[in-house]
Amino acid sequence: MSATASATTPSDVLATFHEVGKVFQNGVVALAGLSLDVRRGEFLTLLGPSGCGKSTALRLLAGLIAPSSGKIHRGDAAAGEIGFVFQEPTLLPWATVAANVRLPLRLKNIEGEDNRVDEVLALVGLEEFRDAYPRELSGGMKMRVSIARALVTRPQLLLMDEPFAALDEITRFKLNDDLLALWRRLECTIVFVTHSVFESVYLSRRILMFTPRPGRVAAEFNIEAPEPRAGRFRTSPEYGEQCREVSAALARVMGEP
Amino acid sequence: MTGRPSPLSPLERISRFVLPALALLLALTLWEVIVRANALPPYILPAPSLIFRTLVADWGVLSDSLWVTLRTTALALLAATVGGVLLALLFASSRLIELSLFPFAVILQVTPIIAIAPLLLIYLEPNTAVLVCAWIVAFFPILSNTALGLASVDHDLRDLFSLYGASRWKTLFYLRVPAALPYFLGGLRIAGGLALIGAVVAEIAAGTAGSGSGLAYRIVESGYRLNVPRMFAALLLISLAGIAIFAVLSLLQHIILRRWHESALGRER
Repeated sequence: MSATASATTPSDVLATFHEVGKVFQNGVVALAGLSLDVRRGEFLTLLGPSGCGKSTALRLLAGLIAPSSGKIHRGDAAAGEIGFVFQEPTLLPWATVAANVRLPLRLKNIEGEDNRVDEVLALVGLEEFRDAYPRELSGGMKMRVSIARALVTRPQLLLMDEPFAALDEITRFKLNDDLLALWRRLECTIVFVTHSVFESVYLSRRILMFTPRPGRVAAEFNIEAPEPRAGRFRTSPEYGEQCREVSAALARVMGEP
Repeated sequence: MTGRPSPLSPLERISRFVLPALALLLALTLWEVIVRANALPPYILPAPSLIFRTLVADWGVLSDSLWVTLRTTALALLAATVGGVLLALLFASSRLIELSLFPFAVILQVTPIIAIAPLLLIYLEPNTAVLVCAWIVAFFPILSNTALGLASVDHDLRDLFSLYGASRWKTLFYLRVPAALPYFLGGLRIAGGLALIGAVVAEIAAGTAGSGSGLAYRIVESGYRLNVPRMFAALLLISLAGIAIFAVLSLLQHIILRRWHESALGRER
């Protein structure tokens, strides 16, 4: 269960943004001059205030929208190799848990891989709920289904857009730990968007802090912590120290004294 | 997980059926008493008991007419469903077609059917004209509701489908059609009542031209003969038919949506 964090060389880069800008049709400049790397196997968090364009950056990375300027290079992690977890569970309400998880396979015309559905449901601990409908599940369970669905195609790159923002703290902490366990086990790359300093420090190996809109990278942090991280890290002095450091940088970025 | 207000107590649930029934019984008794006390002749106001006896005595004629009206309504509803859904799918697939045709659907809807019926009776054979009238009134709610449903798909789900490279057809059948289903069923429930209204209106228009044999025609015919009890009996059957159509379509909606849609959410599992 041990994992190598992110001992990286430039050849390990999975995706690159070069001077990317995004202007929406209504004139809002979401991103300007955004440059960043996503390294293979890392847990990268994009941290910033609400409306700073970090979600836009994630959607650009997924190929859901096109940049207005600049270049995005997405090596071999083509659109099909990407899993996306939205802020809301975004499940089909008329389909059972199993059918929801099977959806990506069906859309990509992958047949006869039903064992994959059971496999990922087991990964998120929901094998007993495969025939339940989304409305019968709690918020945290719905989010687990959403994560299972994103994992069913065995993506190299998992993109998560504030997936736990709407959950209560107890559920969020539990899902944080489960997500870290999944990441160690599947050895995929995760890009995680959040506006919570504490969540970003707990989860990531690397944090990119965004400026307010138009967003670009203002600061970068490497988070040091003993592996595997668990509940104890959350109350450790090192965790507190790194949270303080990131919070102070966020305050500077926001233009506060 | 429930979106409903607190469940009704058993007493309230019983009251929901018992109270309206009591009110109806009271009104009918009052009606009967007034007619008898004043010795009103049946051609002015028939007593409820006489209406009921007429219903039984004239059942042969009335049931034939009931069948005709129900058949027209069902056929019109079927045609409206097919037409409304197909047109909604067409609108969903092309904004250009929607912009070109939607105003005409609105014009057809806002022009009173009673004004269109005489014209249709000139060009069409009476039974067909009645059917077309019923279809015209019934199809708009299905069209507009289904079109709204097809357009009301969660944006994140759309993104999810495009992320996995879903084709137009797959997006339509796995996402937009199921998402539109509750809207469609709501439209269908409205259309069921409207189809009956359209059929009745057209039958009255056609009936005065001396053709047709639906319930509305029976009302007009009995009116000419001052057979007021039979008018009431036919009216009662039309009301019952309307209630039955509404009940059947509500049941259909409940059966289809009960597993997943908020509208059919159980109070307690």
